[in-house]
Amino acid sequence: MTEEALKELLYKIADDQLILGHRNSEWTGVGPLLEEDIAFSSMAQDKVGHSLAFYNLLHELGEQEPDIVAFTRNADQFHNSQFVELPIGDYSFSLVRHFLYDHAELIRFNMLAECPIDEIADVAKKLKGEIKYHVMHANTWMKQLGKATEESHNKMQSALNEALPYALGMFETSEFENDLIEAGIYAGEAAIELKWKDNITMVLEESGLSLPSWNTIKPVYGGRKGKHTDHLQPLLDEMTEVFKEDPTADW
Amino acid sequence: MYGGGQVFESSSVNNELLKDEDPIKLAEFEARIARGEKIEPSDWMPKLYRKQLIRMIEQHGHSEIIGALPEGTWITRAPGFKRKLALMAKVQDEVGHAQLLYGAAETLGKSREQMIEDLISGKSKYSNIFNYPTFTWADSCFISWLVDAGAIVNQLANARGSYGPYCRALDRICAEESFHLKYGHHCVIHLATGTPKQRKMMQEAVDRWWAPMMHFFGPSDKISTHTEILTKWKVKMATNDECRQQFLDMYVPKIWELGLTIPDDKLKKNDETGEWEFTEPDWEEFKRVINGDGPLNKERLAVRRTAEERGAWVRRALAKNSEDQEYTAPLA
Repeated sequence: MTEEALKELLYKIADDQLILGHRNSEWTGVGPLLEEDIAFSSMAQDKVGHSLAFYNLLHELGEQEPDIVAFTRNADQFHNSQFVELPIGDYSFSLVRHFLYDHAELIRFNMLAECPIDEIADVAKKLKGEIKYHVMHANTWMKQLGKATEESHNKMQSALNEALPYALGMFETSEFENDLIEAGIYAGEAAIELKWKDNITMVLEESGLSLPSWNTIKPVYGGRKGKHTDHLQPLLDEMTEVFKEDPTADW
Repeated sequence: MYGGGQVFESSSVNNELLKDEDPIKLAEFEARIARGEKIEPSDWMPKLYRKQLIRMIEQHGHSEIIGALPEGTWITRAPGFKRKLALMAKVQDEVGHAQLLYGAAETLGKSREQMIEDLISGKSKYSNIFNYPTFTWADSCFISWLVDAGAIVNQLANARGSYGPYCRALDRICAEESFHLKYGHHCVIHLATGTPKQRKMMQEAVDRWWAPMMHFFGPSDKISTHTEILTKWKVKMATNDECRQQFLDMYVPKIWELGLTIPDDKLKKNDETGEWEFTEPDWEEFKRVINGDGPLNKERLAVRRTAEERGAWVRRALAKNSEDQEYTAPLA
């Protein structure tokens, strides 16, 4: 396995977390109720914090400082899935995205916790405890809103339908996939996807939401290779607005 | 973050509410407060006490949630991981304070929903300072340091008040605000001692925010509504001028120390009286802004209103789920 393969894996994890954390922080002050405002902020902080842990791992592998990596790259240099860069939309969409993303993240981190590279395994072990709570939060709310009222059911169902093609894009494979699997770093995207489908299906059933047949959903790929929607660059422009005024300054 | 300048009822309304109170109960109530006891939700209390406390705690809660907006817009722009993570946590705290305070006010009989409705309709007020825009990163740093500092002055005073749930909420709030202050101070130090561009940005923020900061503590005692009875009942624990003086004494030297200029030629400490002297703030502007005509009053309420409307379906769903459950009063 080459270092390039490992870096690619770490970048896609870090970029997903940073961009989703940034998006979820947009709920601060405008959530549907104070308790959810606070919860989304809390999870956003965790996500951005997790991304920092992974950029630090990358820095140890010779990449630039986390601030430089996060605050100076352009959209086509980001490896996040298109799923996480989509605008927060209605709360139903943000909640469904959080549910679909965190289930995948927990599986990924459980795998990485067994990774033969100690530095990665240690970070994964430490962070997966937090992700477990994100999943619990998502499950609770999916079940609460999936069948409370006709209105909430319809909103959740249409958010789910809208999110699924993008969610499958999280599992876009990289050219280094087999190297990583052979080196025992993790079991690969297809294995995560398979387990993820099982896990979310159970919760969706309890939530009274229906899952379309998987073979009718066309995954939206491209994000892992730097191909993004029109939403990412404006997000980055905003995120880096102050930093870029003087990247050498101490803020 | 809340700095006083509360809107209290005029004394004629106060007298009207007081005249029917049972004199024996009232005397017992006042004796308890004089002994330093806390009043708890189920205790007897005069109608006027309840009314003024609801008003004050509610205004404080609203100030927290509206106060999350001017800083919140900088979360997505904060320069670097350290600032981004800290600002997210800071603004989250402010929303958490609103939750605590609405809980404290609910123990007096007004629901959170009703309070938020009164906020959106413009019936109840919030701290004036949040009606001003944060144009730059330095503006958000000014708020985190100095507006929070001002709020702590006011809140520490009120934490010694007589109503148990409000005091306990304030104890928790002040503990968190002291971290905000450290964060804000750290940010301002970096700007004020940074590159020429950063220093200019910080000075311009001080120039913009000084007048709203002086307004923050409310009108001068010479012209504000007299509130003797609220002082006696330990609802209002320090006058507007006392809070303002304490703030100036603690923070003007720190601002000057950083090489920043405060835009008031008359600002100086009188060594004989020990009091700070300054140009009298423009109280006409204060009144104009508090009555809805500030730079951003309409926008702030519109954002809040939109958030309430967009989130209404979630609250309706929760209400449906809890139809069979009994109402539980908030812990306070």
